[in-house]
Amino acid sequence: MIVIGVFLLWEIWTRVAGNSELIAPPSSILRALFTEILPDARIRNAIVVALFEILSAYAMAVAGGLAIGVAIGSTNLSRRALFPIVLLLYAIPQVVLLPLFTLGFGIGPAAKIAFGFSHGVLPVIVNVVAGMRNMNPIYLDAARAMGARRSDIFRDVIFPNMVGNFFTGLRLAMTMTLLGVILAELYVSTAGIGYYTRLLATTFDPAPLFALIGILTAMAIGLNEMVRTIERRFTRWKTQ
Amino acid sequence: MKDISSLSARLIQLGIFAIAITAWFVIGRTGAIAPLFVPPIDAVSQATIVLVQTGAFWSSVRVTLMTIAEAYAIAVMLGILGGYAVTRSRFLTDVLEPLVSGLFAIPITLFFPLFILGFGIGAESKVAYGAAYGFFPIALNTIAGFAGVDMRFLNAARAMGFSAAGTFRHVLLPAAFPVVFTGLRIGFFICFASVLGGETISSLAGVGRSIALAAELMEPARMYAWIAAVVAVALLLNKMISLIESRMRGYGGNGN
Repeated sequence: MIVIGVFLLWEIWTRVAGNSELIAPPSSILRALFTEILPDARIRNAIVVALFEILSAYAMAVAGGLAIGVAIGSTNLSRRALFPIVLLLYAIPQVVLLPLFTLGFGIGPAAKIAFGFSHGVLPVIVNVVAGMRNMNPIYLDAARAMGARRSDIFRDVIFPNMVGNFFTGLRLAMTMTLLGVILAELYVSTAGIGYYTRLLATTFDPAPLFALIGILTAMAIGLNEMVRTIERRFTRWKTQ
Repeated sequence: MKDISSLSARLIQLGIFAIAITAWFVIGRTGAIAPLFVPPIDAVSQATIVLVQTGAFWSSVRVTLMTIAEAYAIAVMLGILGGYAVTRSRFLTDVLEPLVSGLFAIPITLFFPLFILGFGIGAESKVAYGAAYGFFPIALNTIAGFAGVDMRFLNAARAMGFSAAGTFRHVLLPAAFPVVFTGLRIGFFICFASVLGGETISSLAGVGRSIALAAELMEPARMYAWIAAVVAVALLLNKMISLIESRMRGYGGNGN
């Protein structure tokens, strides 16, 4: 209801106050969406590329973060030695490294994926390590005494124990990966969404710009919701 | 037993730093990785010394610090006032809290071109962008802090004849403060990072702009020097805030 109200107010306000160079009314945004953004194959392509960048960066961040997190959290010594270093890295605002990524990976999708990965991997590591820390050692001893193999222990004892933290990490990682990829796109891009948003913004053409941003926002919300749905599915047994 | 394990943990940490620095040194000497990407460590330290002595360094730092201060001040004011106003009504809290936290999940960076469109490429757009990013965690934690105060405390205060101001001063504020403070801390670091990010992407001046400029001019040593300066400041701020936080926790502990 409130959302609809805001859009109505927005429509009326832009029609009446009319500063057409900065803000476009929703109806003309919608028109621009179907007449300018979607029919343009290059913009469609840029959106698909952005989605591909986000998904591959996210997949790498989750896999890498899980592997590194388990390696760090597996023994007391490795956790105490390495975890402070991870937290140290986590405290650094990574945007300042963005030009470095462009130098290292060029201006194509590789730099965006790498930057998204470096944003997404740290929250996964931090949460996996935190999840492994609050493990009750009695469970591990019991599993070992009953002859469980290492892989069994991980799958049936350690993983279920850290599942809550793990999914918190997944959720944060999605937010951060989105941030990383979009930042990298906006920083330098010759054909991606960053290029088109910049083009539309500098030509003072707000309706298609809002339409493009609207699509990307919908994409971001969709990806966040996807992670949340997966989280609910896998943590349902815990609340029962 | 515990001392031995924390000692060996420290040793491993020192070892890792030593290896990283040596590796950097060796790479710089042998040129195993292009010096454009990883410049020699002595070149970077030299560039840092030169950089700190220039006036351009301090004027960039001043621009960025002012931008962060303005953005954070706006975020704190709007976040706390807005958040507090929302919690004065149960209904508003129930309606707006999910809306605000839903909005927070959208990367505001997507709207960055709109900030540039609306406020130009000067410091104003970065102030607005940083304030928008900082607003959400502060507002959400303010809502969580004030809405989470146990009704029994409020009823007890009323029954004991506290005025509205007295209730606020002695019940609401102490109960909500730790949660609100967490929001202030998160908001500050988000504000800090997003102002730097905004400057890197599109700006006329400031630290983020200087880093991007050094990269564009292919001056990696100067870029590393800038990055080192930012990292040092970020770690220092982090340390300072966790110190403040642990001191406050001690203060809160006395009351209970």
